[in-house]
Amino acid sequence: MSVRKPLPHDAAHGHVTGAARYVDDIPLPANALHLAFGLSDVAHGKITEINLDAVRAAHGVIAVLTAADLPHANDVSPSAHDEPLLADGTVHYVGQPVFVVAATSHLAARKAARLGQIDIDALPAILTVEDALAADARFEDGPRIYGQGDPDTVLSKAKHTLNGSIKMGGQEHFYLEGQAALALPSDNGDMVIHSSTQHPTEIQHKVAEALGTPFHCVRVEVRRMGGGFGGKESQGNALAVACAVIANQTSRPCKMRYDRDDDMIITGKRHDFRIDYTVGFDATGKIEAITFEHFTRCGWAQDLSLPVADRAMLHADNAYYLPNVRITSHRLKTNTQSATAFRGFGGPQGILGIEVAIDHIARHLGLDPLGVRLLNAYADMDQGVKQTTPYGMIVTDGITNALSKQLVETSQYHARRNAIATFNAQNPVLKKGISLTPVKFGISFTLTHLNQAGALVHVYADGSIMLNHGGTEMGQGLFQKVAQVAASRFDLGIDAVKITATDTGKVPNTSATAASSGTDLNGMAVANACDQIKTRMIKCLSETYDTQDVTFQDGNVRIGTTTLTFAQTAQKVYEARVSLSATGFYKTPDVAWDRIKGEGQPFFYFAYGAAITEVVIDTLTGENRILRTDILHDAGASLNPALDIGQIEGGYVQGAGWLTTEELVWDDKGHLKTHAPATYKIPACSDRPDIFNVALWDGDNPSDTIYKSKAVGEPPFILGMSAFFALQDAVASCGDGPAHLNAPATAEEIKRAVDKARQ
Amino acid sequence: MDITFLLNGETVQANVAPTQTLLDWLRDTRGLTGTKEGCNEGDCGACSVMITDADGAKGLNACILFMPQLHGKSVRTIEGISGPTGELHPVQSAMIDNHGSQCGFCTPGFVVAMATAHLNKATDHDDQLAGNLCRCTGYAPIIRAAKAAETADVPNWMHDDLPADIASQITMPETTDALAAWYLEHPNAILIAGATDVGLWVTKQLRELDDVAFLHRCRDLQDITITDDTITFGAGVTITNVMDAIAPYHPSFAEMLRRYGSTQVRNAATIGGNIANGSPIGDGPPALIALGATLHLRKGNTRRTTLLEDFFIEYGKQDRAAGEFVEGVSIPRLPDRLRCYKISKRFDQDISAVCGCFNITVEDDFVTAATIAFGGMAGTPNRASSCEAALLNQPWELATVERAMHAMANDYSPMSDARASADYRLKTAQSLLLRYLHEDSGLKTSVLEVSA
Repeated sequence: MSVRKPLPHDAAHGHVTGAARYVDDIPLPANALHLAFGLSDVAHGKITEINLDAVRAAHGVIAVLTAADLPHANDVSPSAHDEPLLADGTVHYVGQPVFVVAATSHLAARKAARLGQIDIDALPAILTVEDALAADARFEDGPRIYGQGDPDTVLSKAKHTLNGSIKMGGQEHFYLEGQAALALPSDNGDMVIHSSTQHPTEIQHKVAEALGTPFHCVRVEVRRMGGGFGGKESQGNALAVACAVIANQTSRPCKMRYDRDDDMIITGKRHDFRIDYTVGFDATGKIEAITFEHFTRCGWAQDLSLPVADRAMLHADNAYYLPNVRITSHRLKTNTQSATAFRGFGGPQGILGIEVAIDHIARHLGLDPLGVRLLNAYADMDQGVKQTTPYGMIVTDGITNALSKQLVETSQYHARRNAIATFNAQNPVLKKGISLTPVKFGISFTLTHLNQAGALVHVYADGSIMLNHGGTEMGQGLFQKVAQVAASRFDLGIDAVKITATDTGKVPNTSATAASSGTDLNGMAVANACDQIKTRMIKCLSETYDTQDVTFQDGNVRIGTTTLTFAQTAQKVYEARVSLSATGFYKTPDVAWDRIKGEGQPFFYFAYGAAITEVVIDTLTGENRILRTDILHDAGASLNPALDIGQIEGGYVQGAGWLTTEELVWDDKGHLKTHAPATYKIPACSDRPDIFNVALWDGDNPSDTIYKSKAVGEPPFILGMSAFFALQDAVASCGDGPAHLNAPATAEEIKRAVDKARQ
Repeated sequence: MDITFLLNGETVQANVAPTQTLLDWLRDTRGLTGTKEGCNEGDCGACSVMITDADGAKGLNACILFMPQLHGKSVRTIEGISGPTGELHPVQSAMIDNHGSQCGFCTPGFVVAMATAHLNKATDHDDQLAGNLCRCTGYAPIIRAAKAAETADVPNWMHDDLPADIASQITMPETTDALAAWYLEHPNAILIAGATDVGLWVTKQLRELDDVAFLHRCRDLQDITITDDTITFGAGVTITNVMDAIAPYHPSFAEMLRRYGSTQVRNAATIGGNIANGSPIGDGPPALIALGATLHLRKGNTRRTTLLEDFFIEYGKQDRAAGEFVEGVSIPRLPDRLRCYKISKRFDQDISAVCGCFNITVEDDFVTAATIAFGGMAGTPNRASSCEAALLNQPWELATVERAMHAMANDYSPMSDARASADYRLKTAQSLLLRYLHEDSGLKTSVLEVSA
């Protein structure tokens, strides 16, 4: 069987030789144009005049468009039609595209785009959570509220109560390949788009609307992205639409790719949050009641902010049973980039809220936070206890206790915690800290209808297989895992399967590759397609050989006493005039969710994991290092342990980066000051843990997923949180004052917290 | 022809605009798209290429490397890391075997950097790869791959020759005398050494630079002279070579330079450029000022010297006349009491929020000399005079240090920016003096020297 094998990424050879092609690498026809946007320099205001004479006169410029020049829809929003491609009278953030230039080279377009004169009458800009609350600037009429039990009454009677608040910054995706799109005009006004996107179908829709054509006139192809992380779920729309409109107008191919600074200034990032909480608990640290208030900075347009904020609420419990809980979520509208999807999609933010509260309880009671965490964890599935989440879903697959205990043992947590106490007693300047944090992450799109996928599989007469499905490859290894599924259905080697680019002309009406769902959905759809073909093959062979005994094994097909190669089988079935092509389909069972009431079963299942991180801080400067990380993560019965471990290692480091060095800074006019890698610091090579032990939990997914595997894209991101709480543990060792970090815990933030703890 | 170089073993002669970058030329003119643009400012390493010159092979960022800088050299891109018939280089095989790529976009840059390190038998992988960012893997499998390939033989195709020397039309003086004469005639021209700063004027500010001269062929500007009394660096000495040369004398300076940019940046950037551009956040000047450095300036055949600290007048203004250039910098040979502390948001490949350099001499438990200089604390790199005065002739103990920390508040009114707040800058600068005392008394003070 091809599944379970630690095969390399499908394009590993192309990656290491430089042969793997990305959008900007596709050779262009000679007359191609290159596009660049002219951007607003004002956070909020009315456009009074746009003078583009100098832009038009610049070297190489062929076309310049403003909103008034767009022939059809001026809309690149993935949700509420509130995001024009080009500003229409009003600008809403610094970096908003106001006009677009097409020129004969990328450099000429960039140079020309800087020559526009945009006169704007500035209006008051709402930049912060506090600004937005004061102005009541928000999406939806009021806050969303989910919960269960009677938190107010129980809080009023609780023996211990604490209030707290955590501010957490957003995060720039920093996909190494910036946003890019290429539009190739073809027959009859049809358009072929190459886009670096996680959502080719949405690109197809937005382009068709901008061209005023039915969807069938637009075909979108995505072979691979150089990283996505959610940043290419909706943020590629603008480039593809701009290219298509000008390609249509000029009948010339158009390409657009953002310079890195433009990319960071224009596109949305992870939502930053403030979470306030009040928690009531007993003397052992058991939570009796808790209320959360989420303040989510959504930016200027709705984009995906509502489901992001919903998912934050749905993860306010993380791995803990909260019998009396209320979560109130404010979705605030600000004059900043429209915050968007980013790995975890609000889940990490919601989880950080409860983890801060638990740490607070433990510090208050003088207990090891690990004990308080396990005391409050949902019961494991073998305990037969029915516990509901704050949104009324019964947790039936819990493993947090067993998994955490195993990790505590294999990482010698208790011995190391004692050694750290000794180190801290002996060292006045440097202090160590250690922490375990668990994750329980809900798998499924919360917008239920998105939980579907399609596939297209051809078996050719030589036995080779062409595989296509709606998922996109952004580095996560989806294509290889799904190819392993296809190979396994026929019990062939992986080489029999040709992976092909995602293409809206082959599989229609797809969902974004997001929510960690790629393998779950597309793997099942491919299995369905393969099984249809296999069933037809078996029927044909049974009739031909007059036996019911047909098995596929090790590249051969055994029919009674006859053995054929798979190639011979394909030829034979073809000659018998049987179709060897099938479309597959899958929809996730058992999910139903009412996001207004906050009730139902939004998730098919949960994925679990835990991490233990040890750090050291310098109390003089706040500098810090991750010294060791141990992770035990639940990928169910892994389809490919090597690729899954890759997701876990990479997710952890990215999650730790979010909470440590990755700081987004805006000035008081709304200009993003950290718009390049010179100022925005993702983890570098030496920032990974010195010692980094990652293992997979040994257990099948109880739910009926593809080969009993579990989704693995987003959950490990949250394990990076253990670094944050290890830092907070080190801060706590500095004095008897409060140990409280906001995120990101930069050296500066740690220094502030250390000084506070020592007061 | 303007320039001649070898590209993956084949001779290339090309006419180029002086500020054409190698990255754009490779991708747009040659169709070699394996080399990627990730940031176009030398901060991500996706465009890493291997350049061989008379000193050997080194990794550089193609995005801020101007074509004339290649003249007389050899370039190896990702397309030339595999063998002529497609054989994989050992680091390529190791990257596949260790699952070192996910999205693959940073991978060509990593592979080139790894292959260059492998050729040079360098196994300090974290330093070799500090200039290559990866957003997918968390780096662990890449380092596993680098380690796995350490003992493999270097494939024969990796050894590059140099092209025959052919004259160029572009201004690239071969000697410092020739440079001096040319610059006197072109006093407003831009001198380009490593282009790690000027590169961004072109790729980010989109400036057009017409009158330029490239300094990399001035071999006599790259001399390092060590006598009994002084160490002198020519202005064209790269930071890599400064780091190696200074390590035996002032290891803390070398350790700080280990965190200056990245391998690719240090291989290009020069000590002269680091001084002459007048940046308030360059890491070279505070260390050199703390060592009492003298700057050597030259205009035509007229030479003069100035204390380095006097060269920086105010932000954006240096004591340099039109047509005058930095020829070198020298430091007196002194017993090593220098400690350099670079504070940045990220340890590697980051610009300092604060860079504090302390040269404090203690005799019989009293401070007999103190020269302390900071970057990041003012509009120029400069000295902490009040702090120094509070230390001088005082007992070397906590009470003195606390008074001197207090005095430092008179020396600086730092600014707040994206890297750090004014408050943190001052507090940290003060704390670094305390770190010096602690370190001097044998306490553990560096998080880089602690393990789990």
